[in-house]
Amino acid sequence: MSRTFLGSPVTRASLDEVTHGDTDPATLSGHADHPARMGFFTDTSVCIGCKACEVACKEWNKLPEDGIALTGMSYDNTVGLGADTWRHVAFIEQRKPIAGQFSGVAHEPVGPLHAAPKGSGTPPEEATVTPTTPGTGDAGEPGDLRWLMSSDVCKHCTHAACLDVCPTGALVRTEFGTVIVQEDVCNGCGYCIPACPYGVIDQREGDGRAFKCTLCYDRTSVGAEPACAKACPTDSIQFGELDELRERAQRRVEQLHENGVTDARLYGHDPGDGVGGDGAFFLLLDAPEVYGLPPDPVVPTRDLPAMWKHVGLAAVSLVGLVVGSVLGRRA
Amino acid sequence: MSESEVTREGIQHRRPGREALTGARSGGRRRRGGERPVVPDATFTSYYGKPIINGPVWNSPDIPGYFFTGGLAGASSAMALVADLSGRTGLAKVAKTGSAVGVFLSLLGLVHDLGRPGRFLNMLRVFKVTSPMSVGSWLLTAYGPAATVAAGSAVTGLLPRIGATATAGAALLGPGVSTYTAALVTDTAVPAWHDAYREMPFLFAASSAASAGGLGLLAGPSSEAGLPRRLGVTGALAEIAIGRFMEKRLGMVGEPYSQGKGGRYMKGGEKFLAAGAAAAAAGRRRPVLARIGGALMLVGSAMTRWGVFEAGMASADDPKYTVAPQRERLETRQPRDHRPAEGPRGEAQP
Repeated sequence: MSRTFLGSPVTRASLDEVTHGDTDPATLSGHADHPARMGFFTDTSVCIGCKACEVACKEWNKLPEDGIALTGMSYDNTVGLGADTWRHVAFIEQRKPIAGQFSGVAHEPVGPLHAAPKGSGTPPEEATVTPTTPGTGDAGEPGDLRWLMSSDVCKHCTHAACLDVCPTGALVRTEFGTVIVQEDVCNGCGYCIPACPYGVIDQREGDGRAFKCTLCYDRTSVGAEPACAKACPTDSIQFGELDELRERAQRRVEQLHENGVTDARLYGHDPGDGVGGDGAFFLLLDAPEVYGLPPDPVVPTRDLPAMWKHVGLAAVSLVGLVVGSVLGRRA
Repeated sequence: MSESEVTREGIQHRRPGREALTGARSGGRRRRGGERPVVPDATFTSYYGKPIINGPVWNSPDIPGYFFTGGLAGASSAMALVADLSGRTGLAKVAKTGSAVGVFLSLLGLVHDLGRPGRFLNMLRVFKVTSPMSVGSWLLTAYGPAATVAAGSAVTGLLPRIGATATAGAALLGPGVSTYTAALVTDTAVPAWHDAYREMPFLFAASSAASAGGLGLLAGPSSEAGLPRRLGVTGALAEIAIGRFMEKRLGMVGEPYSQGKGGRYMKGGEKFLAAGAAAAAAGRRRPVLARIGGALMLVGSAMTRWGVFEAGMASADDPKYTVAPQRERLETRQPRDHRPAEGPRGEAQP
């Protein structure tokens, strides 16, 4: 497939995104003189699950209420990203220790109820962790429980499927390399929704159009940081120039590894991955799918040249079938 | 501390408080997040069983109907030109009428399914080859009028020269109209659709041929039934074969084509197509049987499109179709790296 198809700049830019590697998406989208690519680094190892990001996002972007229900999924009653939820905090409870931390729930070998049968005569040295007897100060084994929390958001992919498949041009790349929906253009065809390999963008009920995180384009345009990053009390959500964030994330993951948190890994940071790297990437403490993230996302348009080739061959086959049907008896 | 856990299936490991074993390694190993996955952790983990991708917001009958009627229209236009050139004027008139009605219904389905139908013309703001829906909108914009003029001229007998040009134009664009919808569904992150991108265009082409042949048999003159019979029967048999091949090649990702709603449509479609092809073949001397065969093939072709649609919806809804193949891909590339945390409880980190 030629990259100068019909000589259209829109087409060429979109194809460049698919076929080229780690070139700056803003440049490829026709922003001649643009600022550095901006993004999020979400360090889930310091997330405390306060959901301030969710609230700040809803308030700043005036997102409508989209249902209040108790799901039974730990503290997560938001469930996932959608048209009216642009930040979503996931909560995962696991029977697994966090290195270097004492969760306070493991009392073996001598817990209060183990000690109870011995009655009030339990010798203090055997009742190290009963509520009334102070321990020796030795915490013993790390606890057997951990609670993972992670604030999910639009990834602002380098190769953004939503942008590629949008037939109206409502989805555009900003000068910051982020992806936004132009509300006044979107006609609600819904193509971007199943195209997103992360399940981010969705259709707003009662409105019909598609909505997603803009990386607070209105705030970043005037030099302010996005509402979620501003509200985050632990700096779990960090906003900045993507190159700098990637360096910072690399240092952080190395630091965690040194401290024994061998589960720590970066997600979406690699420009060589299936979406060309995310503008919003993460430090996770478990596999991506545990957090509801795809383990190896690929932009569907990567295979589009092959798809068009097969469509062309199939169309020719159909012509062959029809022409071949002339041969033979009339009736 | 109580060992009971509140899950979506109710309280698990319930134990009276006074029997709680503090910190003891009692009971079974708990699934993370309290979920009960259908597939063991080793191959598939999810976040409370929630889908990874957001499923299509497209509705039935709008979208599967749009695939079917568009396919019928495109293949009928090609059949109309060939019928015209070979002097089968009765068949040509039926095919042209069918394609005009088909493309109208197809556009109707597409526009009706938009969140903002009034903004349909925004589709024509840009042309993007990266968006099969954009390509399709332009294709339909050129094809729709051509098919309509061809049909109008054939039915009224007016403007024969313009009618012939329109017929040729519609025949040129028709096969594209029949097959571009395959690129439309496969250019998504829906596993059952995307992973089938090699077969889907051929499935749609065969299904379009079966429906166009079916239409010609059902409504065309018996004296010209040979062409649509051959087209319909070949198309129907190819549709069954390609459908089965596709499902088999997809492996686990292809499950929605044989299970659930999608599976029922696909299997039902196969039966209608097989019966239709048999009736059409047997109807060489019995026109009524041939017409019944045509109708059966039309229904079978439509059911395949509904099957593909429903299989995609089911595939998007179940995280295992997204996670398992990606995890497998990752394991092949970087074995035992970045795996979900598992292993026995209390497995301390160094």
